[in-house]
Amino acid sequence: MKVSLSWIKDYVDLTLTPRELAEKLTMAGLEVNAIETIGGTWDNIVVGQIETIDPHPNADRLRLVTVNTGKDSITVVCGAPNIMPSQKVAFASLGARLRDGHTGKSEILKTAKIRGVVSTGMICSEMELGISDDHEGILVMSPEAPVGMSLEEYLGDTILNLEITPNRPDCMSIIGIAREIAALTGEELHLSETPYEESGTTIDSQVSVDIAEPDLCPRYCASLVRGVKSAPSPDWLQQRLRNCGMRPISNIVDITNYVMLEYGQPLHSFDYHKLSKGKDTSPTQVIVRCARKGESMTSLDEVERTLNASTLVIADREKPVAIAGIMGGRDAEVTGETSAILLESANFERIAIRRASSDFQLRSEASIRFDKGLNPGLTMPALKRATQLMLELAGGEATRGTIDVYPARAKAEPIIFPTSQVERLTGMKISHDQITQTLTSLGFDCEETSPSQVSVSVPYWRSDIKSSADLVEEVTRIVGYDKVPLTRLSSPLPPEQAASGRDFIHKIRSSLVGFGLQEILSYSLVSLENLQHLFPSRELKVLPVKVANPMTREQEYLRTSLRAGLLSTLSRNQRHGSGGLELFEIGKVFMPQEDDLPREEEQLCIILSGSEGEPSWHGNNKPVDFFHAKGIVEALANQMEIKVQFEPCDDEGLVQRVSANVSDENGKLGVIGLLHPRVTEAFELSCEAYLIEIDLERARRNAGRPKAYQTISRFPIVPRDIALIVNEETTYQQITDIVQNFPLVKETVLFDLYRGEQIPQGKKSFALRITYQSPGRTLTDEEVEQVQKQMLDKLNQKLSAILRS
Amino acid sequence: MLEELEKLQLQAFAELESAVDSRELEQWRICYLGKKSRLTQVLRSLSTLPLDERRNTGARANTIKKSLENALEERGHSLETSRLVLSLENKRVDITLPGYPMPIGRSHPTTQTIEEICQVFQKMGFQVFEGPDVEWDYYNFEALNIPADHPARDMFATFWIDSNRGKRNRLLRTHTSPMQIRVMEHTPPPIRIIVPGRCYRYEATDTTHESMFYQVEGLAVDKNITMADLKGTLFDFCRCIFGEERKVRFRCDYFPFVEPGVEIAIECLACHGNGCRICGYSGWIEILGAGMVNPDVLRRVGIDPEVYSGFAFGLGVERVPMLRYGIDDIRLFYNNDIRFLRQF
Repeated sequence: MKVSLSWIKDYVDLTLTPRELAEKLTMAGLEVNAIETIGGTWDNIVVGQIETIDPHPNADRLRLVTVNTGKDSITVVCGAPNIMPSQKVAFASLGARLRDGHTGKSEILKTAKIRGVVSTGMICSEMELGISDDHEGILVMSPEAPVGMSLEEYLGDTILNLEITPNRPDCMSIIGIAREIAALTGEELHLSETPYEESGTTIDSQVSVDIAEPDLCPRYCASLVRGVKSAPSPDWLQQRLRNCGMRPISNIVDITNYVMLEYGQPLHSFDYHKLSKGKDTSPTQVIVRCARKGESMTSLDEVERTLNASTLVIADREKPVAIAGIMGGRDAEVTGETSAILLESANFERIAIRRASSDFQLRSEASIRFDKGLNPGLTMPALKRATQLMLELAGGEATRGTIDVYPARAKAEPIIFPTSQVERLTGMKISHDQITQTLTSLGFDCEETSPSQVSVSVPYWRSDIKSSADLVEEVTRIVGYDKVPLTRLSSPLPPEQAASGRDFIHKIRSSLVGFGLQEILSYSLVSLENLQHLFPSRELKVLPVKVANPMTREQEYLRTSLRAGLLSTLSRNQRHGSGGLELFEIGKVFMPQEDDLPREEEQLCIILSGSEGEPSWHGNNKPVDFFHAKGIVEALANQMEIKVQFEPCDDEGLVQRVSANVSDENGKLGVIGLLHPRVTEAFELSCEAYLIEIDLERARRNAGRPKAYQTISRFPIVPRDIALIVNEETTYQQITDIVQNFPLVKETVLFDLYRGEQIPQGKKSFALRITYQSPGRTLTDEEVEQVQKQMLDKLNQKLSAILRS
Repeated sequence: MLEELEKLQLQAFAELESAVDSRELEQWRICYLGKKSRLTQVLRSLSTLPLDERRNTGARANTIKKSLENALEERGHSLETSRLVLSLENKRVDITLPGYPMPIGRSHPTTQTIEEICQVFQKMGFQVFEGPDVEWDYYNFEALNIPADHPARDMFATFWIDSNRGKRNRLLRTHTSPMQIRVMEHTPPPIRIIVPGRCYRYEATDTTHESMFYQVEGLAVDKNITMADLKGTLFDFCRCIFGEERKVRFRCDYFPFVEPGVEIAIECLACHGNGCRICGYSGWIEILGAGMVNPDVLRRVGIDPEVYSGFAFGLGVERVPMLRYGIDDIRLFYNNDIRFLRQF
């Protein structure tokens, strides 16, 4: 919200520079985003008066205009269409800094020859002065503008741009901000009555107001002013509106806007004579009701709007004349001919405003204020101020009395406030007296009920204050958050809760990073299409959880698998020409549950593609394969003390004979394998890729801790290398199952697998290093030979394995 | 005889110089110092000489023997040294050839930041908890003093799963604050927790907005917890993360579930408080929203606000690396371009 400091000065003396003030307001919860100086660059610009207007000898559209600058008369060339004799204008003499009307750049004014005539000055538009983007014509000021006064003195201002938090609708007003400044700087707030003269018969005999929806309209106030004359507003008022971001229109409309900015209460003026009269003698009826089925209204912006049964409207006897708090209707619009106005200052409930605002896609300064929730107490002071200004600036006479329909008057209970609460909650010592003084400066009424307790009555404009904690904040922010001391938590530590899965996941992640894998984090929301791609031949078993209001189709469903995110990431990166990529993600998948939150499961997914490691001159750079993936799983399992097995699997996204279920004694933990070519293709991968998927929650439950320490044998190990020729169908597992069961065998390592020359067709050769060791003695060669012989016999007998010589 | 010995010595030295390996050295030793060498013969025959000659010749012969032995040893050493030098010379490498590449993996910058943040708070006795990404309206809004139609709901553009079941509406949490409620519902004070997690906002994305981001929530509830504790804790945090010298600002702000409310900002890292584009020319960067837990919130979870008080805070995770490394587009984080991720 834009706040004019010259306007603020009407209500409080400013003792700080704008910068200091901005700092104070920001600290107290009213964040100042920007400080804007209007007129700071207006050197050499004064209020001038037009004396004569003559045709330009060489151009039809241009005129030669003589301007009285207070010191002398200067003739300039001017092309503005709205120029008239005796107008008061902003006159820039040479050297002035102006914004170029077309380019918007700031430039110094120099002598110019325009169509053969020398021009030594310029009559400025609003745009050239930098006060708006209007470049249609020159800025015309009111006749009272003093000729020769510097424009900065006349119209200059400093504007603070404030960010108002939703709890402070009272601060969406000049008076609200002035009150804060007064409290923060210890100055007095100058709030005066707004008296005006009334005459004639009472308003009650001319207007009656009915609130049919008291829940949506807690209060409706109105006054009636007859004999107004529509005219432009005075310069100061126009300038204040402009500086606060509103366009001046005419005095009657401007006054309602002006009072809205000043008091924070939106107002509306109806042309009284355009409201349906009924019988001559009865008062004009105004009804606050919901629209009827089929009703419509043309709003001020010339749009025919179909109203619905939940639209709160202001209606006369026959028809809606305004959408409450949002926009007036054209039928009762104030125009240049208007002579009597019904001035409305009403309170509407947030919900009605919010509904209409979204139904009609209309947001205005008024709707924004109602939407924050205004207090009904505000309507009458604002109405009186607007009526006063109306008489002052638009003439006319105020009808005796005001309308005030207030069905829902609520009496606010005072808050019992033990002043020790301030120290209890902030740790800051503030005296009882300072606390009450501070609250009083903000408009709270403090009544001492005991030496340490006050009963605080909350002023009507502070609907946000409900409890003593709220009062603590009020005191603290005015005293200053910077005064709050710094302490450290001193209470004893809470008992340690059962360790979450976090440590486990941290360990897994560190290992994977240690193995050289790159972690990614991808979106939880994915497209249905991508999830379907993962399972090439059939429909998804369960439909994932869908977001009701997705931003895009790419992010519409909560992922049920991490695969889609990883594969898309891999694909994107391959396009950048990254070679071998080994990526992983640890994250949640979301399994739908009927009428409940989805089950969120932590998973690990790894994707390996290209070659293992970087290409290097020593040439250790093989393409990744199944065993690369398996090695990662085995290493993780080893670290987590999980005994895993690999069994054939039928995962649809993987190639059947190149994939495996990873399980332990309690069941399946995940899968590994070669990505099915159809998946590879769907995600537009440039090469084949291996995938690992592990359910981390299950893995964590099954993870063990290191077992009891085992003594390291003092006796030497005896290694023996053997090569076995076996049938192609024989698996390595079958061999080790036999070998490992022999006594004294400590370890078996496969160091070569060979097919080819010297090996018959349909056979293969396993080269094993078997390590023997006894925990209790040094083994003799004979002993080892004997065990190995028995082993070979058994291998031969069970698997037809032959020792390769 | 003495003369002969002198000659022998000269000859021996000369020959030793030309010996180039251990074999030649051994030949030389046999020749000049061996049992059958002239020197040994002389020394053996000393007893046959007259007494005065015996003493002279003996002394001299022994000196020569010593000096030959020394020379042999020296020559041996020097040959050994040059042999080693030569053999090492043959091992020489081009030290500018690249090393064999070790696989280098990294965790995501967001993960790294969360770990770092959690560690700072863990040292202060906070325990790490996590909560669900999909939440009930009740936990995300209602219980945090943001009922339906509350103007503060505008602060949280929401992805909804359901839209018409009120408190039973499901949504993607817009902040990590729901975990405050979940934890307080089940844990009597004292409570000291932090909650890292994913959050979601229904917002058009741009350089500073993402529809998905991470927050870390904090909550401490006990007897006698004050705003001063909040300030001390979070100032410590800011200095740990952004450096001892970094100026920190503690100002009033509004969040429906805390009262008094606080915003903590640090001096802009880019302009050191002078004002620049990054800090919106204010010199300050907002880092944390915080405050004392609103008494209504405590009451709702059955904690008596007259007995207990507490503070809560929340911070955006991505902000930290963005400021530190000058990352000017938040969308880089979850786009997962390897060329970006590998920089951290």
